[in-house]
Amino acid sequence: MRKYSVFAVAREALRGHKGWGPHWASPEPRKEYDAIIIGGGGHGLGAAYYLAKEHGITNVAVLEKGWIGGGNTGRNTTIIRSNYLYEESMDIYEHSLKLWENLSHDLNYNVMYSPRGVMMLSHNIHDQQSFKRHINANRLYGIDNEWLTPEQAKAYCPPLDIAKTARYPINGAALQRRGGTARHDAVAWGYARAASDRGVHIIQNCEVTGIRRDETGRVVGVDTNRGYIGAKKVGISAAGHTSVLMQMADVRVPLQSQPLQALVSEPLKPIFPCVVMSNSVHAYISQSDKGEFVIGAGTDQYNSYSQTGGLQIITHTLDAICELFPMFRRVKMMRQWGGIVDVTQDRSPIQGVTPVPGLFLNAGWGTGGFKATPGSAHLFAHLIAKGEPHRLAAGLTLERFRTGRLIDEAAAAAVAH
Amino acid sequence: MLLIYCPYCEEERSELEFRGAGDAHIARPENIADITDEEFEEYFFLRQNPKGLIFERWRHIHGCGRFFNAARDTVSDRFYTTYKAGEPKPDVSDILQSEQNKGAAK
Amino acid sequence: MMGANRIPGVGRLTPARTARFTFDGRTLTALEGDTVASALLANGIHLVGRSFKYHRPRGILSAGAEEPNALLDVSRDAARRQPNVRATVQEVFDGMKVESQNRWPSLAFDVGGFNDLLSPFFAAGFYYKTFMWPKAAWHAIYEPFIRRAAGLGVTPTEADPDHYASRYAHCDVLVIGAGVAGLSAALAAAKAGAKVIICDEQPEVGGALRYENGTTIDGKDGWDWAQDTAKALAAMDNVTLLTRTTGFGYYNHNFVGLVERVTDHLAALDKSLPRERLWQVRAKKVILANGQIERHMVFANNDRPGIMLASAGRTYLNHFGVAVGSKVGVYTAHDSAYEAAFDLKRAGVSVPVIVDCRENPGEAVLAEARKLGIEVLTGHSVIKAGGKLRVNSISVARNGGGSARKFAVDALLVSAGWTPSVHLFSQSRGKVKFDAATQRFLPGTYLQDCLSIGACNGTDDLQATIDEALAAGELTARAAGAEGGAQVALSGENRFGWTGGMIGAAEGAGPDTTVKAFIDFQHDVCAKDIRLAVREGMHSIEHIKRFTTNGMASDQGKLSNMHGLAIAAEALGKDIPQVGLTTFRQPYTPVTFGAIVNHSRGALFDPARKTPIHAWEEAHGAEFEDVGNWKRAWFYPRSGEDMHEAVARECKTVRDVAGVFDASTLGKIEVVGPDAAQFLNLMYTNAWDNLKPGRCRYGIMLRDDGFVYDDGVVGRLAEDRFHVTTTTGGAPRVMNHMEDYLQTEFPHLKVWLTSTTEQWAVIAVQGPKAREIIAPLVEGIDLSNEAFPHMSVAEGKICGVPTRLFRMSFTGELGFEVNVPADYGQAVWEAIWARAEPMGACAYGTETMHVLRAEKGYIIVGQDTDGTLTPDDAGLSWAVSKKKPDFVGIRGLKRPDLVKDGRKQLVGLLTKDPKVVLEEGAQIVADPNQPKPMTMLGHVTSSYWSANCGRSIALAMVAGGRERLGQTLYVPMTDRTIAVEVSDMVFFDKEGGRLHG
Repeated sequence: MRKYSVFAVAREALRGHKGWGPHWASPEPRKEYDAIIIGGGGHGLGAAYYLAKEHGITNVAVLEKGWIGGGNTGRNTTIIRSNYLYEESMDIYEHSLKLWENLSHDLNYNVMYSPRGVMMLSHNIHDQQSFKRHINANRLYGIDNEWLTPEQAKAYCPPLDIAKTARYPINGAALQRRGGTARHDAVAWGYARAASDRGVHIIQNCEVTGIRRDETGRVVGVDTNRGYIGAKKVGISAAGHTSVLMQMADVRVPLQSQPLQALVSEPLKPIFPCVVMSNSVHAYISQSDKGEFVIGAGTDQYNSYSQTGGLQIITHTLDAICELFPMFRRVKMMRQWGGIVDVTQDRSPIQGVTPVPGLFLNAGWGTGGFKATPGSAHLFAHLIAKGEPHRLAAGLTLERFRTGRLIDEAAAAAVAH
Repeated sequence: MLLIYCPYCEEERSELEFRGAGDAHIARPENIADITDEEFEEYFFLRQNPKGLIFERWRHIHGCGRFFNAARDTVSDRFYTTYKAGEPKPDVSDILQSEQNKGAAK
Repeated sequence: MMGANRIPGVGRLTPARTARFTFDGRTLTALEGDTVASALLANGIHLVGRSFKYHRPRGILSAGAEEPNALLDVSRDAARRQPNVRATVQEVFDGMKVESQNRWPSLAFDVGGFNDLLSPFFAAGFYYKTFMWPKAAWHAIYEPFIRRAAGLGVTPTEADPDHYASRYAHCDVLVIGAGVAGLSAALAAAKAGAKVIICDEQPEVGGALRYENGTTIDGKDGWDWAQDTAKALAAMDNVTLLTRTTGFGYYNHNFVGLVERVTDHLAALDKSLPRERLWQVRAKKVILANGQIERHMVFANNDRPGIMLASAGRTYLNHFGVAVGSKVGVYTAHDSAYEAAFDLKRAGVSVPVIVDCRENPGEAVLAEARKLGIEVLTGHSVIKAGGKLRVNSISVARNGGGSARKFAVDALLVSAGWTPSVHLFSQSRGKVKFDAATQRFLPGTYLQDCLSIGACNGTDDLQATIDEALAAGELTARAAGAEGGAQVALSGENRFGWTGGMIGAAEGAGPDTTVKAFIDFQHDVCAKDIRLAVREGMHSIEHIKRFTTNGMASDQGKLSNMHGLAIAAEALGKDIPQVGLTTFRQPYTPVTFGAIVNHSRGALFDPARKTPIHAWEEAHGAEFEDVGNWKRAWFYPRSGEDMHEAVARECKTVRDVAGVFDASTLGKIEVVGPDAAQFLNLMYTNAWDNLKPGRCRYGIMLRDDGFVYDDGVVGRLAEDRFHVTTTTGGAPRVMNHMEDYLQTEFPHLKVWLTSTTEQWAVIAVQGPKAREIIAPLVEGIDLSNEAFPHMSVAEGKICGVPTRLFRMSFTGELGFEVNVPADYGQAVWEAIWARAEPMGACAYGTETMHVLRAEKGYIIVGQDTDGTLTPDDAGLSWAVSKKKPDFVGIRGLKRPDLVKDGRKQLVGLLTKDPKVVLEEGAQIVADPNQPKPMTMLGHVTSSYWSANCGRSIALAMVAGGRERLGQTLYVPMTDRTIAVEVSDMVFFDKEGGRLHG
C-alpha cells in the first residue's frame, strides 16, 4: 500500500496525479476462504481489517451485493457519541469512540473524525432527570458527558434559541465534547484500503443467495451470483438485509427493517459548530465541512426495503428544527434520502453466535450504527476469530430476547409522566 | 405518504390517519401462561421481516379506530389488499401474478 | 436605460415597465418580467459568482432551474435575505438588493482565487490522504481552515418574518410541466372531464417555447398558442393551473409535493399572502412533462463567464430581448444550437463561427447557416477558451489535431445535446433504461401510476409530442373515471428537426490531458477528476460521485451527471448502462424549509394542551411545566418566594390544612360492557371481579413482556362500567394498547372503550380539611368515613353539576378527586377555592404533588420506573394476582432474567446528612473509591426536600435493594461523595392513618 501523506500528495500534484493506484484491489473470488463477511459496509469492512490485523486471519472475503459503503454507512448523518446509559451500551460505544480517536492514523486514511461535541437538549424536567442519569452513569464509567445551563448551551452553540417563551424551552443540555462527526464514505474506503492491503478480498456486486450447511448443520459456504464460495466461518453484517440473509440459514431474528430518512440543506457558510439533538422534539442537526446542514429525521412506521419514506417524516423533523432555530426557515432542503435500518425491540444491537455453528451475527444497530463502526467491527472480528464474544460485547447476544435481559436504551429514556 | 384503504370505512385515506401496528396473524397463545421461554420468544420477538410480501396490521386511529390487516410489498410499498381483523390471511398469489404481468407489460 | 444589451423590438417584455435593483451595490435597471440573470446580462454583466473550491470566476450558464453558477444573495430587507438564489429563476422586483457570494474582498478580485493556482494539490479526494499530522490536528487546525472556505451563501441570521401556506389537494390527473406536452395533455384530460392540476416552475407556461420561436401550433405562433391554452385551461372549473410552481418530490402512492412561489417576485409585498405555498397533491394519475435540459461542452476553461448554454442564449434573446454578447461564437454537438446562431444573426449580433465537433450535422441547419453567411467549422472543436473574468477568445482546431485558430468572441453558446429530465420519474421509483442510439436514459419500467410524455420521454418531434400528450391526457382521464366528451386534436410544426449530441469530454480534454474542463461547475469537478477517481479504484458511479463530489452541488448534477458517467465509462472501458446511474432523490430543486414547515410554528408547532382550569392558574401566578403536550401548574410562588420556598409552604399547608390540585391531565378511559371486568382482568395484573361498585382499586398494567407499562386508579361505577385513570403521558398509548387487545386478541368480549380525558376536569382536594371544604358543595353523596371510605367512588352533584367523586389520595392525606364535566371545571374549582382559601388551604402544583407522594413512597410510572421494571422490582407484587389464569404480561414476567436475584428494586434513600438533597439521576455505588469504570448499583429516581419530614428524602432503584435495608451506600458526585442509607419507601405517616381521617 502506498502511504498517504502530504508529501505524496505534493509529489503527485506535480505529475497530474497519475501515480495513484486503486484504494483496494478487485480480485476474482477464491473457491474458499477462512472467513467470509457478508456486507461491505463500515462494520463488515472494519471486521475484515481487524481479523487481518489483530487475529492474523487474512484469507478473508467481504462480499458486497452493491458497492461498498452504499448501505447505511453512506446514508447516515455521521454522528458519533458514546454517552449511553447501560453498561453494555457504554462498553461498546466508548470502545468505538476510543478507536475513532485514532482511526485516521491507524488506517493512514483521513476519516475526518471531528470531536466538535454532541449536545442533547433538555426541554423539561423529565429530560433533565433522564440526562442527569446518563451524565452521572457516564462519569462513573469514565465517559465524558456534562450538564450545561441554557446559557452555557447557547455559548457552545450560538444559533440556539433559549428564549423561555419557546414552545419547548430549553432548560439545559447534556454535552459530550468528544462526540462529533466523521466522514462516512472515508470510513468504508479507509477500512477497505487497509484491509485489502493486508490481503482481504473485497468483492463488490456479489450478492449472497444462499447459506450452505453440512449435515451437522455447520456452515460450509455461501452461494452467490458469482458462484459458490466456501468458508467455515461466515459473519453477517448487512444491516437492513439481515433478516433476509438469516432466513437463508433458517433462522428468524428479532428485527424489523424500516426506512430512516435524512436530508441536507444547500451549502451555506458555517455557523453551526457542533451536533445538536433533541429527543423531545425529534430532531438532530449538524453542519458539514461543505456547509450543508445535515439533518436526521425519524423512521417511517412500517417495514420497508425501499430506501424511501414519506414527506411527513421530513416535515415533522423540519418543524422541530425551525422551531429550535427560527432563522433556518429560509434555508433550503437540497436532498433527502432514506436508509434501511434493522431495529430490535430493545433498540440495542445484536452481536454474537447464532443457532447455526460457524454463522456469526452483527445486526440490529438501528439508527445508531455509524458511531459504533470501529468498535463493532473490532469486536465482531474477535467473535469470528475466537468463536465467542469479546467481554465488551458479551451482553449483546441473541439469547437476551429469550431470557429477558434486554438493554432497553429507549425504555430508559422512559416517557413523560 | 402511503394511501391506505380502510376495510371498515371502505375508503382510501392518507397514512396520516393510520398507525402501523406490526405483523399480522401472530396470535397470542391461548395458554400463554404455560408456554416455554422459547415459545414466548417466538411469539413476542421473532419476526419474518420479509423483503417482499408482508402481512401487517394497521389501525385507523384517526378515523374509525379499527385495527385491520394488509398485504403489502415491502420493496415497492404497494398494497395488494387490506382486510378486516379476524378474517383469514388472503391468498394473494393471484394478485401477485397479475402485478408481475402488469410490470412486464410496461 | 433598460440595459445596453437589450435589443429594441426583440423579446416579450414591455420596455416601458422598468424596475431598479442593486447588484453588489451598483444600481441597475431591469424590465418587469426579467429574471435577475436576464437583467444582469442586459446590463452587460456576466461575472456573477465564484466557484466553491477554486473560487473561479463564474457567469450565467443557463436560463433555468439547472443553473449551477449564478447563485446570488437576494434580499428585500434585512430579515428577508435569501442566500443561494438562482439568478436564472428569480424574477426582478423593484428595490431588490442582489449580492454576489463566496468572494472576498470583491467579485472581480477574490483572494480565494489563489486556490485556483494551488489546484494541482486539491485534486479530488486529496483530503483523505493528508491533514492527519500531527494527531488530532484535523479538528484543531485543518478542519477550521477548511470550514472557513465551506459553503456558498451566508445563512440568514434573523428569524424569518414571512409566513408560508399549505394545501392538500386531490385530483384525477396531475400534469407536471406546462410546455407543449404538458399543456396538450392537460387540455385533453380536462376536456374529457377529469379534475386536473397542471403546474410549471416558470412564471408563464410554454416551456421550451420561451426560446423556441420557430414553432407553429394550431396555426398560431407556439408561444401565443401556449398562453391562449393556459387561459382556456384556467377558465375551466375542473382545472387548477399553477405557475411559479415546482413539482419537487414524487413520493409513494402518487403523492406529489409542489411548491408555489407566491410573493418573491412582487415589488410591493402583500403581507397577507404567504411567501410560498406547499401543495401536497394526491393524484389518481400523474403525467410527467418535465422536458429536457441542455448539456454543456466539456473543454478547457469551459467555465469562463460568457460561456452559456445555447438554449439559454436563445431564451435571453427571444424572450427577454437581450443579446448575451456582441460577438457570439457557437460550439456544439447538436443541431439545436445552430438556431441560436440564426436568431442572434437575425437580431443583428455578430456570429463569427459555429464550431461543430461532428463531421455531419443536419443538412437543414447547415444550409440555413450558409444562407445567413455564418462560418461553420464541422469536425472542429474548441480546445480552449481565453479570458478570465469573461471569455474573450476561443481556440479552435480540427478534431485529431492540427494548429489552432483563434476567434475573438465575448460570448460562447455551447450545446452537447439534451438530457431528458427523468428526475421525477426516477423519484417515483420507475427504472430508467439507456437508449444507446440517442445516448440517453429514458423512462423504462414504471412502478407508480404515471406516464412520461414529450421531451422527458425522449419524444423529439413536435407532432409526435402533441399526439403522445393528447393520448396520455385522454387515457389518464378515462382511467381516473372521467366520462366527458370532447376529444382534442392539434397540429404542430417546427422550423427545423434536430439531431446530434455527445456525452463526455470534448476534444482537448481527453484521457491524457490535465486541462480544467469542468463537468460540475459549482463543485469544480473536472473531467480529469473523474478519471482520477477511476484510477483510485472507484468503479461504481456512486463511488465516483462521492469521491469527486460530482453532482452533489445544489443543482444535484442536472448538467454534470451524464458527462461524468460517460467519462467514467470510458475510463473503465465499460458501456454506460454497466456503470449505472446515481439515484435521483427529492427534491428536484431546493425547497425552503419554511414552505415544508408552513403553519407548524410557534403556537401551532405541537399545540400545547391546557386544562379547563388553566386560566385560573395563570391568573394566580402559577409557574408551569411541560408534561408531554400539557402545560401543568408547577407551583404557585407568592411574592418574594423562590421555588424551594413555595413548594415547602405548599407541602406543609396540604398536610396541615388542605390543598387543591388540578389533576385534569390524568388520562381517563370509560370501560363499559357486560365483560368489562373480565377485560380489565386481562389488561391489569390485579383481579377486578371482586371489586364492588362504588369502590376503587389501584391497578398495574404490563406489556406482554412483563414490564410495567402504566398504572392508575380504577373506579367501578356499576357492574358493567369502570372509570379507568392512566398516567398523564400514558393516556393515548394505554387507550391504543387496550383497543389493540380488545379488537384483535379478545374480540369475543363485549366491551366498549371511550377516551374521556378531555371530558372530565379533575380537582383533587387533599388534606385534613378536605371533607370540610367540599362537603357543603356536594349533593347526594354521604361523605362520612363509614359511607364513603378511602378508595370509594360515587356519582352525585357538586355545585349543582354532575360529578364523579372519588375518595382517593396521592398525598397520603384524607382526599377527594372531584371529576366534573370539563366545561364546569373552572367554576367548580373557584367554588372549592372560595371555601378552601379562607380555611388556610392552598392551591398546589405538580412539584408539591411529587414531594407529597414521595413522602408516602407512591411511585410515578415513568419517573421511578423506566420500562425495564417488573411490578416486583417496584415493590408492587401485592398488586399482581396469583390466581388469574391470564393477564397481559403473565408469561413475560416469568422469564429467567425477570425473576432472578439481584434485580434493581425501588427503595428509599436517606442521606446521612439530612440537609443534602440528592440529584435525581445520580448513580449509587457500594464502594466510592473503586476505579472507573465503577460498578453502579442503581440510580436516584426521585429526590426532594421534605418540609414535612424536615429532611431530604429520595427514592432509588438499587440492585438487590430490599436486601440492603439499613446499608450505607454512596453517591459520588463531581465535588463530593454523599453517603446514604437504604430505607423503606415510606417517609411520612408510616402507619397510613391520615388517609382514613
